[in-house]
Amino acid sequence: MSAASGAGRMRRASGDARQWLAVGWGVLGILTVLILWELYKFLGPAEGVTIGAVEGQSGSGILILPRTHDRAMPHIWDMVTRLFQPTSGGDTPPLWVSVAGAALITLGIAAVGWIIGVVVGAVLGLVMQRWRLVEWGILPWIVVSQIVPLIAFAPVVNAIGNQIDRGGTPWPQWLSVAIIASYLAFFPVAIGMLKGLAAPDRIHVDLMSTYAAGYWSTLLRLRLPAAVPYLLPALRLAAANAVLGAVVAEVSIGMRGGIGRMLIQLAGQASSDPAAPWGPTFGSIALGLIAAGTVALIGVGLKNYRRGEATA
Amino acid sequence: MTLRHAQGPEDGQEPADGTTLRHAQGPEGGTGELAVRATGVGKVFPTKTAEITALTDVELEVAAGEFVSLIGPSGCGKSTLLRLIADLDQATSGELEIFGKPARRARIDQDYGVAFQQAGLLPWRTVAANIALPLEVHGTARPERAARVAELAELVGLSDFIDRYPDQLSGGMQQRVAIARALATRPRLLLMDEPFGALDEMTREYLQSELARIAAETGAAVVFVTHSIPEAVFLSDRVVVMSPRPGRITDVIVTGLGEARDETLREAPEYFERVTAVREALHGTHVERANER
Repeated sequence: MSAASGAGRMRRASGDARQWLAVGWGVLGILTVLILWELYKFLGPAEGVTIGAVEGQSGSGILILPRTHDRAMPHIWDMVTRLFQPTSGGDTPPLWVSVAGAALITLGIAAVGWIIGVVVGAVLGLVMQRWRLVEWGILPWIVVSQIVPLIAFAPVVNAIGNQIDRGGTPWPQWLSVAIIASYLAFFPVAIGMLKGLAAPDRIHVDLMSTYAAGYWSTLLRLRLPAAVPYLLPALRLAAANAVLGAVVAEVSIGMRGGIGRMLIQLAGQASSDPAAPWGPTFGSIALGLIAAGTVALIGVGLKNYRRGEATA
Repeated sequence: MTLRHAQGPEDGQEPADGTTLRHAQGPEGGTGELAVRATGVGKVFPTKTAEITALTDVELEVAAGEFVSLIGPSGCGKSTLLRLIADLDQATSGELEIFGKPARRARIDQDYGVAFQQAGLLPWRTVAANIALPLEVHGTARPERAARVAELAELVGLSDFIDRYPDQLSGGMQQRVAIARALATRPRLLLMDEPFGALDEMTREYLQSELARIAAETGAAVVFVTHSIPEAVFLSDRVVVMSPRPGRITDVIVTGLGEARDETLREAPEYFERVTAVREALHGTHVERANER
């Protein structure tokens, strides 16, 4: 007993160490990016490097290294200080407050998109696993669906939404954004579900069959638990995708209030206020991390379903 | 005979006169019902190029409470025969009855329990939850389930481990959990496919003795697939020798070793005689023993 719990403690301890190591590597990665940014800004020519430029003709040639002057590449500390200055001068709230507000709106929409995506993806995965014919029929289409560029697809969804709205059923614009976000989110879930449900060993499937267990009983007691290790990364990927989809969809259908719109707006004023667009950029990065992190919490509750991974 | 259907440890106590529940007689000596009756059973697997005959013309009767081993080289169809009995595959010819019913009916009625070479425990379930799995599938009420699990854990000697997860158990312990799980619905027939094949020799001998005891206590018939001659002889009332291409039964050896399956049996001369007999049957020739040379 004591030997076993001792071993357990040791495993936990080394697990903690590994976790801190992971955090260390993460911080190191961020630092590296920051240092590279400032280093290039320091070393690179202000107007960048252009080849094939014709004398006296502005804008000619190909820019192969970016410009480093303050309008193109603001200092990192300028970006950070900008966060605490008023959003658009005067009495407006500090930029970070506006960014946080916009990020929350986008997070809410992305969450709705994530839920729709997870439900649709899970149903597709279930149906494909249940009937091989359905898998052959729709799996290629699912893959192809991800090739369609979001910015081409977003206005179509928006137009349909508007028509439904005009037809009498209320269809707020954010719902279109959520649908577009779900379009990116469902894909990893569908694939993860399909792979996960097919994951149980032959021996386990045989065993359930000797119990004369039906489809639902086998699904509940064997296939779904066995799918957990496949589903968790899929859900995390779906969360990141949902945020990305929501941001892009806001921009391409011009929805106000979210962080995507804010990003475009501030980027438009970048020549006069170059550090400003970095506020919402950091905001959307934080958004993706929060979304993926929240989903990772689901994994903590499902720890026992990942036991197979350690021993197999 | 009346004790034949005794189920579970609580009513499977040894009778006062010391005789156990095991019936060493073959089907010809038995008057009771048959656990397994195979008549002219064959199995053909179709492949792209040709049909592979895995089993042909199998005639086998296993009496209730009898321990029968299937032994033979790889490809002799012993595992296939077990899968047919378990209704995991369907025979292409012949007739297969389990307790007088078609195999499919027997599977639905949970007339048998199975254990495979791999323990096949669900890694996300504790020992208790793994043992309870078949009961859960059949909607046994929770208190009844807990009582049965405790009983079975006691039977296989794992009472102290019911809250552990499979990855915290040794291979032998995992296999004991698998046996407990196979017994959960009180089947009158146990089907075992090389359950000790992946274990080391010491654990293996220990579990053989345990299985002999459990089979006696529960009174269940056992069909036991193995590669090991000593294992087959030690455990069985009858050893069914099979041969490949096509898979068929070539010999049946009645061990007649009586009721006691303990460590002294492993050193008994009649035990060695049966081992030799099975070996000869497997090789199809007389095997010269060292002391006969």
